[in-house]
Amino acid sequence: MSKKQKEILQQIGLQAFLLLVVTGAVMFPIMWVVSLALDPRNIDKPLELRLIPPGASLDAFRRVLLEPYGLLCKNPTDPSSCMTFALLLKNSLIVALGTALIVVLLGATAAYAFSRFRFIGRESGMLMFIVLLMLPTTATLATLFVLLSQIKIGGESLRLTHPGLMLAYASSALPFAVWNLKGYFDTVPRELEEAARIDGASVAQTFVRIILPLSVPSLAVTVLFSFMTGWTEFVMAWTFLENPSRFTLAMALRSMQGQFATPWSDFAAMSILMTIPILILFFLLQRYLVSGLTVGGVKG
Amino acid sequence: MAVAEMSSRTPGKPAGRWARFRRLLKESRTAWLYILPAGLVMLFITLIPQLYQIWMSFTDYRVKNLRFIVFDLATWEKYLPTFVGLQNYVKILTNSLAIENYDFWRLLLFNVTWTVSNVFFHVFLGVAIALALNSKNLIGRRIYRALFVLPWAIPPYISALTWRNMYDDRFGAFNQLLAVINNWLGTSLPTDTRWLTITDPPIGGLLSFLPMAFYALLLANVWLGWPFMSVVATGALQSIPAELYEAASIDGASGWQKLRNITIPLLRPAMVPAIMLGTIWTFNQFNVIYFISEGGPFGRTEILVTQAYKLVTVQRLYGVAAAFGFVVFFVLLIITLIQNRVTRATEAYYV
Repeated sequence: MSKKQKEILQQIGLQAFLLLVVTGAVMFPIMWVVSLALDPRNIDKPLELRLIPPGASLDAFRRVLLEPYGLLCKNPTDPSSCMTFALLLKNSLIVALGTALIVVLLGATAAYAFSRFRFIGRESGMLMFIVLLMLPTTATLATLFVLLSQIKIGGESLRLTHPGLMLAYASSALPFAVWNLKGYFDTVPRELEEAARIDGASVAQTFVRIILPLSVPSLAVTVLFSFMTGWTEFVMAWTFLENPSRFTLAMALRSMQGQFATPWSDFAAMSILMTIPILILFFLLQRYLVSGLTVGGVKG
Repeated sequence: MAVAEMSSRTPGKPAGRWARFRRLLKESRTAWLYILPAGLVMLFITLIPQLYQIWMSFTDYRVKNLRFIVFDLATWEKYLPTFVGLQNYVKILTNSLAIENYDFWRLLLFNVTWTVSNVFFHVFLGVAIALALNSKNLIGRRIYRALFVLPWAIPPYISALTWRNMYDDRFGAFNQLLAVINNWLGTSLPTDTRWLTITDPPIGGLLSFLPMAFYALLLANVWLGWPFMSVVATGALQSIPAELYEAASIDGASGWQKLRNITIPLLRPAMVPAIMLGTIWTFNQFNVIYFISEGGPFGRTEILVTQAYKLVTVQRLYGVAAAFGFVVFFVLLIITLIQNRVTRATEAYYV
């Protein structure tokens, strides 16, 4: 074996070792949750390190999926008024998809203006979106609560509704979306638009027919991130919403965390169920993830 | 840019200053029309609350003032909070708040240490693993890539609680792991460490202000944060032309030289904005701190945002909390400006 071959073999060995260690570190906490979810005893913590606990069952999954949530009821004495997994899932999907839709629509139009026009207030406008990213949302919770309570739509204050929640989430996801989309739009060659303009296309037409179809990767990343915001957030939702029939999965998961007793197997099972849709989205969009994430006009 | 240039490239006579200004104004109108929808949401949901917050930070806003409604004059007389000037800010900076274990400068020092150490490991691991995954003869690249986004894809609240349980002194995974190691190797490592609550610092000297809980939190947040950096680095790596490496090989460059002179300089433009973003996110990393250590032991792992949150939910001092929010914002602004300065100053060297 030549020296060169030996070197390459060594390198491959080192790589494989490094990647295996990383895989182990990444998977360890996940395996731990899986083990908890399979445990039939609903104990605090797995008593030993074993992927499949003794008497493993899918009981926790059955309970989470099929039984009503006793803590989330309109009328605590009537089990039929309690939330079920299906209802919670519906609310979560409404909120997460709504957030994603608002963010991608508003983010793309704003990013287009920042990418393609030179106008009064461009620099300061762009800066504003970055500065807004730095403001801690936890600090504005109380003010937003007061503000959204004042806006009444159809006799109900906006704070108590899904659209109010979507707007609040959208505002936290928008700065990053605008920044990232602008970076991607910058990479779309301008000649394409110029050609279309000569052929008589309007600004709006070039935006919809040329820029958007060519920016699918970064649009996909925007949808993914804003969907995740709507899907996982619960601090705001918990503060704003009052009617249990509007609660989301993330809120139900939070409500399981009791002060003294937490049904850990149920908690773990629900965690897994909540993570699966996000994982599916991640894997579906994985090929876009690398190219669609420009973090501020890198490729421009 | 294209549109602006196109419209100003009128053939024939050069455009006068006035005409150019009018064109810019027209251009601006279209641009602002596109920004309007996003701008309105940001204005109502973020900017106006922030302005209201500025006003609140100069008053002694408390629970009873929550009944104060700007649009309802009847509430003005009774519930309008009193103006106290800079008193809230002074109280925050001189540690005269009646909260247990409160020391602003310790919080700030901890928050900065937390951010720097986290971002360092995120970037270091992210780039190293992206490099390893990008090498030519690697088996199972797709599987690794799929596995390695898992920490990013799991809702942060779930991972935070999982880590918290793993640090449990009686049943936590870490103590169990130590027990397994003891069993295998016949060692006698302690298996009842209370990772999140012991107060003795594991490293003395300059770092003695960091309790064991800091390292526990660091490990958890590094686990959570490196995939983002890795994905950004992968994107940048894929855009480096292979010819550069080939040319360097012909010139007899070693692997290390190629890394230093090609890979790292060309990764820089992608990593700098990612690092800035990572700094902002880590500085305000609420979930990890709040759900794993809850700021303990004795408030020594508290960061500024978790303290601000407690001011609202526990102490209910809304005025002070508002001022606190702004202090956090200014600290972050200063850090970002310094970072921007440093990266701009070193840019010329590479380009």
